[in-house]
Amino acid sequence: MSADPHAKLIYMANQISKFFETKPEAEGAAGIAAHINDFWEPRMRRHFFEVVDAGGTGLRPLVLLAAKSIRRPQPEHA
Amino acid sequence: MKDFIIPDRDFGTPASKAKEMVTLTIDGFDVTVPAGTSIMRAAAEIGISVPKLCATDSIDAFGSCRLCLVEIEGRPGTPASCTTPVAPGLKVHTQNSKLKQLRRGVMELYISDHPLDCLTCAANGDCELQDMAGAVGLRDVRYEAGENHFEVRNTSGEVNPNWIAKDDSNPYFTYDPAKCIVCSRCVRACEEVQGTFALTIEGRGFDSRVSAGMAGDNFLSSDCVSCGACVQACPTGTLQEKSVIDIGTPDRSVITTCAYCGVGCSFKAEMRGDELVRMTPYKHGKANRGHSCVKGRFAYGYASHKDRILSPMIRESINDPWKEVTWAEAMEFAAGRMKGIIAKHGRHSVGVITSSRCTNEEAYLVQKLTRAVFRNNNTDTCARVCHSPTGYGLGQTFGTSAGTQDFDSVEETDVVILIGANPTDGHPVFASRLKKRLRQGAKLIVVDPRRIDLVDSAHIKAAHHLQLTPGTNVAVVTAIAHTIVTEGLFDEEFIRTRCDWDEFQDYAEFVSDPRHSPEATQFLTGVKADELRAAARLYAKGGNGAIYYGLGVTEHSQGSTTVIGIANLAMLTGNIGRPGVGVNPLRGQNNVQGSCDMGSFPHELPGYRHVKNDSVREVFESLWGVQIDNEPGLRIPNMLDAAVEGTFKGLYCQGEDILQSDPDTKHVAAGLAAMDCVIVHDLFLNETANYAHVFFPGSSFLEKDGTFTNAERRINRVRKVMAPKQGYADWEVTQMFAQAMGADWHYTHPSQIMDEIAMLTPSFAGVSYEKLEEMGSVQWPCNEKSPEGTPLMHIDGFVRGKGKFIRTEYVATDEKTGARFPLLLTTGRILSQYNVGAQTRRTDNVVWHDEDVLEIHPHDAEVRGVRDGQFVKLASRSGETTLRAKLTDRVSPGVVYTTFHHPTTQANVITTDFSDWATNCPEYKVTAVQVSPSNGPTEWQEEYAAQAANSRRILAAE
Repeated sequence: MSADPHAKLIYMANQISKFFETKPEAEGAAGIAAHINDFWEPRMRRHFFEVVDAGGTGLRPLVLLAAKSIRRPQPEHA
Repeated sequence: MKDFIIPDRDFGTPASKAKEMVTLTIDGFDVTVPAGTSIMRAAAEIGISVPKLCATDSIDAFGSCRLCLVEIEGRPGTPASCTTPVAPGLKVHTQNSKLKQLRRGVMELYISDHPLDCLTCAANGDCELQDMAGAVGLRDVRYEAGENHFEVRNTSGEVNPNWIAKDDSNPYFTYDPAKCIVCSRCVRACEEVQGTFALTIEGRGFDSRVSAGMAGDNFLSSDCVSCGACVQACPTGTLQEKSVIDIGTPDRSVITTCAYCGVGCSFKAEMRGDELVRMTPYKHGKANRGHSCVKGRFAYGYASHKDRILSPMIRESINDPWKEVTWAEAMEFAAGRMKGIIAKHGRHSVGVITSSRCTNEEAYLVQKLTRAVFRNNNTDTCARVCHSPTGYGLGQTFGTSAGTQDFDSVEETDVVILIGANPTDGHPVFASRLKKRLRQGAKLIVVDPRRIDLVDSAHIKAAHHLQLTPGTNVAVVTAIAHTIVTEGLFDEEFIRTRCDWDEFQDYAEFVSDPRHSPEATQFLTGVKADELRAAARLYAKGGNGAIYYGLGVTEHSQGSTTVIGIANLAMLTGNIGRPGVGVNPLRGQNNVQGSCDMGSFPHELPGYRHVKNDSVREVFESLWGVQIDNEPGLRIPNMLDAAVEGTFKGLYCQGEDILQSDPDTKHVAAGLAAMDCVIVHDLFLNETANYAHVFFPGSSFLEKDGTFTNAERRINRVRKVMAPKQGYADWEVTQMFAQAMGADWHYTHPSQIMDEIAMLTPSFAGVSYEKLEEMGSVQWPCNEKSPEGTPLMHIDGFVRGKGKFIRTEYVATDEKTGARFPLLLTTGRILSQYNVGAQTRRTDNVVWHDEDVLEIHPHDAEVRGVRDGQFVKLASRSGETTLRAKLTDRVSPGVVYTTFHHPTTQANVITTDFSDWATNCPEYKVTAVQVSPSNGPTEWQEEYAAQAANSRRILAAE
């Protein structure tokens, strides 16, 4: 794994995705979103959205689907 | 026993568990006791102490000393009261002229072969032989000194061939054969209580002697694990703590809780003045029931070790030497730096790590510091790197992270599955209780890449050892579920009433797929299909099935998934909600359960309630008078990432050595080095302190009041037996720091902190120091619904309502072997050392383990030209180190194993930063490595040692 924060978060998001991919798609996407909302600190989510907003390269499809339900961090946390 | 300490009453023989009651008469008094009780115990119940030497209530009756003779009306002779069970209507006499004469005769014989050096004997005042001589009125010994075992030379000056010199080999106790009365209590304690079978009686008749190990062994070279059970059982000064020999007998005792592993044994700290004379296991401790291990019983010397730092210290930069300062100066410096960081980088740029070794009250204050004073949720704890997947997995399936049973439950277990845990080393007192049950006939299934002691040891043999390839836990657990479901071994009635039936059907469909069958997965896992099927059938249908597991489950990329899989197995087979069953995580550190309960995780407030819930935050906000952040904070690995990135700048780390204990040492060091203020609060200048700017000296568990919560959710009191050597208990230090940061905190006793916890946390609502005084200990949840606490969880229904089955797809770890790194390294613990070794390395426990060694299979060693005892280089993609090799077939070919107790080897420079998908718990248990012969330390080890030495310099006081 790389020290690059983006690479690491892509890896972590995909790892979460692999667990939820055994569920029906909608439930799986909701599971990923809830997990990241519950456990990822805002600056991690900020980096995550930098990846998503740049096209989401490297993220598994279910993560991209889940991204719609993941909370964008408030600017105060930047 | 003299009453210098109110002794724990010894009833002579163990209590009977029979329900049927029997009434008899002893010395004219009626007594009613359970059937199977000995006459000796029945007498003790009404306060009549029949003289005895070979009987004690921790072990079964033996009937050898013939001192406890009684007369029973209508029965011939004088039977031993210890081996004679009660019967209805018996009329027993324990004292009459015939019995008195017989007992005196017996004592006379004993004393004729015993030295009469009572005044200078270390057991003087604490000797049952002495007491019994008094009790039977021995006034004269008619026998002339003849052949005996205690005189070095006879009267003509010739060496006495029967005399054996004292065995001083164990660092903590001595064995003096001259004082032995061959009552066999030590031998029986070693067998029945500890289950090691290291001791025996060699010879017969007059030649009988207690012997450790084989001929030629001493206590140290034998199988003895130094648990102290024999010393505890010895009625004379034959087996004697060296500390008592050095100091003398104690004059008072205080009940407290061991500060080592998650078993949480209760001890009596026996004191003279403020000097600790010895620690003895407390008979009424509900976790340990009077037993102990070498760490809790003997390895407390670190608390007074010369390495302990007793003065606060500060420095501008980590390249400077430390400067000793007053507490006030240290607080001003630390608060100044932290305030500066917050002003410049914002309130999210700092955080805390709570300690799993400190008390609940201390962990609570540290997380409160970050939430209420720093105003963020950046708090984490050691559990991140051990049992965080337990929290997630059991939370999802059962609705709470709590282990489901108490330790007593093992006494009713029929089949135990032990996964990724090595209790004889990591949780020794629980292991002894488990072994006792196994010797009674319970079956054991071990799932572990390594042949741990429980697979095959004295009078213990596992029914199945599923010796899997590291990293394939999920595949094995799912294959067990496959067998249970496809062979129809599941408990449909339980599932229908207690779990969600639709979710079960989805799960059943998932696991029934042939790709999860033992036949399909055996090539991946290395576990033979027929062995796995047999194990699955045994667990499902062998009676009460209990699963115990440790870090071999959690510390994987799929740690949380395996925990879910384990919960699925328990639900499938209906093994939840009664004694003898359940899912039992064996927690590593003394208070790792408590530190989690206290809200140490960044996403939840005390009592496992997410910070996103407005109603939960409001409760805390109204009492604390501040607004609490509704976003989760940083976990330890995320803190380090953020530090390297430059957005996390300040850390207060209490009683935790992340540089040694956390994975990928180089990454941890880089993170710490990037911070502007690292405050380490510890007993010693630990490895993390190499990168610290402020050092707050800590207090040991002997020096403060508080509570620890063990693996069975039991809240035990920690009691102060001496004043803190550096002036303040740790909770006081945190409070001073909070005050320096502007907080208005004024706790004067930890009981006030517990009252606050109880007020804010529903599962602790009924907990108070008064309740703990009254009950001794209590298992949470303890509230209006369960005022006496909760030994068993999920009795009538799961905490979340219906139990939830969740699919457990096996995903191989990305840490893979290949040409460069063909072996898999897995890590673990050893009995004599604890965690990073900061405490145990500073005790005589180093005689058992003074360096980490690499276990390697002879085949793997052969092809690499590695010989036993030779230095080898251990390299992974992350780093390399050197240590000595130990050739053993405990590990399979392709697997190597080491411990992480010593900073010189630093096994964690090898481990990677792969981690559990759900919790970021690091994957300590699987690292691809290569092993090669080596001449000495690696460059990294030398650099590390130089940096550490440089960083530990302390300026001489002016």
